[in-house]
Amino acid sequence: MSSQNTQPSGKVFFWYDPVKRGIIYQVFTLLAVGLLGYYLFSNVQINLERQSIATGFGFLDKESSFEIGESLIEYSSADTYARALVVGVLNTLKVSFVGIVLTVLLGTLIGIARLSSNWLVSKIASGYIELFQNIPILLQLFFFYALFYEVFPSPRQALNPIVGVFITNRGIVYGVPESHKAHGAMFVAFLVGIVIVFFLKRWAKKRQIATGQIFPVFYTALVILLALPIVTWLLYSAPTAMDVPKLSGFNFEGGVNVSPEFGALLFGLVLYTAAFVAEIVRAGIQSIDKGQTEAAMSIGLRPGQIMKLVILPQALRVIVPPLTSQLLNLTKNSSLAVAIGYPDFVAVAGTSINQTGQAIEGVALIMVVYLTISLSTSVFMNWYNKRIALVER
Amino acid sequence: MTEAKVTAESSEVLKPPISHAGIIGWARLNLFNGWFNSTLTILILVAALQLIPPFVNWAFIDSVWNTTGAECQQVKGACWSVIPANFRLVIFGFYPAESQWRPLLAMIMLVGLLLYSKNRNNWGKRLLYIWLFSLFIMGVLMRGGLFGLQPVESAKWSGLPLTLILSFFGMLAAYPLGVVLALGRRSNLTGIRSLCVVYIEMIRGVPLISLLFMSSIMFPLFLPKDLNIDKILRAQVAIILFTAAYIAEVVRGGLQAIDRGQYEAAESIGLNYYQTMRLVILPQALKIVIPPSVGILISAFKDTSLVVIIALYDLLNTSKSALSNPEWMGSSSEVYIFVALIYFLFCYLMSSYSRRLEAELEYKSTE
Repeated sequence: MSSQNTQPSGKVFFWYDPVKRGIIYQVFTLLAVGLLGYYLFSNVQINLERQSIATGFGFLDKESSFEIGESLIEYSSADTYARALVVGVLNTLKVSFVGIVLTVLLGTLIGIARLSSNWLVSKIASGYIELFQNIPILLQLFFFYALFYEVFPSPRQALNPIVGVFITNRGIVYGVPESHKAHGAMFVAFLVGIVIVFFLKRWAKKRQIATGQIFPVFYTALVILLALPIVTWLLYSAPTAMDVPKLSGFNFEGGVNVSPEFGALLFGLVLYTAAFVAEIVRAGIQSIDKGQTEAAMSIGLRPGQIMKLVILPQALRVIVPPLTSQLLNLTKNSSLAVAIGYPDFVAVAGTSINQTGQAIEGVALIMVVYLTISLSTSVFMNWYNKRIALVER
Repeated sequence: MTEAKVTAESSEVLKPPISHAGIIGWARLNLFNGWFNSTLTILILVAALQLIPPFVNWAFIDSVWNTTGAECQQVKGACWSVIPANFRLVIFGFYPAESQWRPLLAMIMLVGLLLYSKNRNNWGKRLLYIWLFSLFIMGVLMRGGLFGLQPVESAKWSGLPLTLILSFFGMLAAYPLGVVLALGRRSNLTGIRSLCVVYIEMIRGVPLISLLFMSSIMFPLFLPKDLNIDKILRAQVAIILFTAAYIAEVVRGGLQAIDRGQYEAAESIGLNYYQTMRLVILPQALKIVIPPSVGILISAFKDTSLVVIIALYDLLNTSKSALSNPEWMGSSSEVYIFVALIYFLFCYLMSSYSRRLEAELEYKSTE
């Protein structure tokens, strides 16, 4: 009986043994891939020798001798390629970070507007989504960039929509408070506020578990976080001096200048990605059954509590995975900066490739940088997703 | 009895109050329900009054439609004349003018084929053969050299035909590769699975630009020196490799949605792996993933515009080259709006089709 149930122990032609056959398949596949790799590699070697290009990353230490339009760290053309590439990475991270924050805000707003009971609002939101989803991002970037150069006036006739903000074809200039030691202290006060709120929240939770009384953490936290910096500011006798841009010659001086390249890139990325994020937010909110809201109401929760304790935790579970991939898309799309001249990593690496001829190293660097950003984001998001995931029995 | 009659009569006579019917009732319900929505509506109307008239003035009233570039400089409104003047350049690029009917015919064939494929009753093996045959004909039309057609080198392929070739050929060629990758990722064989996972995750982790860079500057290094592949084909390969990774993930989703019982049933009637996949699993899985596949086609269609960066003349780049003519300097908005309309039309039609298909398929499966 048992001999019939188990596999026949006698000799089987190896081809009919799934395990052995699997091994053979894998060996052949790996061999084929290896051979292909070897073929390409040997071709590369022959070609490089023929064109007498030296390989390796030695070029990184050489002088770059090209200028970069904008940079977060000090940089000049006398610096090395390595430093130029770091400038590029920082520029990519800068536009991605600002873009992600604005995209999440705008996308959530539009996603909620899409569900509004106001007919006009919901139609405008859905029109926005259709329009921006269906036009290539690169075309949008070109369009916004052209707007800066062709529609916006020269600094002498700058548009001045709000006091202290000037829109010109050289970029957007706005005033900032003049640097004062009070600002550093205000920042420290804000950090202290965060620490206080952290402990306050723990205490409030403990008290609620022990006594059942709810402490209004949110409003207290808001007051603490606002009051501490303001009090510090007043203690420093409330400095109000502003660094306001002034027209001098052909351009503005002072204030903060957002270059047309950065402005167009940020605008395009945010408007494009927000359309996708809006759809994700809408789907997430719609995925929550109406019964959840009704059940929460029936146990006496207030609307704010229903949102915070019942709807959001469940909707986020649906929203977070696709949202992650959209935000990664934004980061990857920021590489289109190269087309409008914003010096992001791809643009700097491209210039380096053109100057040194180190194509393989350059493209490899581009891939490694983006892979690192993508993989570390997805590791973080997987961790976050696991944390908020439904714990099923 | 009289009472009953009275009520019946009066219910015929009484109309709903004016505040609850017709346009006013609709506005009350949809625009002015509550102070918050009323404020929003009023704000939007005020903003619209501020924004729409200047735009209409610019686009229609102050605009010119058929002038030379020099006359355009005098006009306050939009200079739409740039489009008829450069229409050929933007749509067909540098394709020889006397053979222009060929890409036009190929594009009409493609659109006709797409419309034909929309109908689900036409789906089947026959459709596949029709597609393969038509693709061959379109290739002949573009390339020439057969049936007495004058050969046109691929360096001259540009404009809308190039955009369509890159996206549709790319999608068709990437699909089989994507299915194989998805099957590999679901395989029990560790070696094959890890190869597929590495490929898919790596491609999805990098921007398309880096692959296009690779195609334009690294492919020549990878190939033996006497083998020269032209630029368009190299970009096409990069797009195929890129799209395949995304298709693989979509198909994987379809494979995961298939019940385990299907695999077990197939095994129990003695089908081997190849037969199980071809006869049982894939027909069901691929049907599920048709709507998301259309989504990938849309992004592939939009993404082909990135070939601008490696200096191929697709629709977006021919429009840029029309703008580089000094006669039409300063008309970027008009040209970009025109090109955006073309892209929008294609993408919108595809996406609304995919939504309808999704609804139909869902309906059918619950039937």
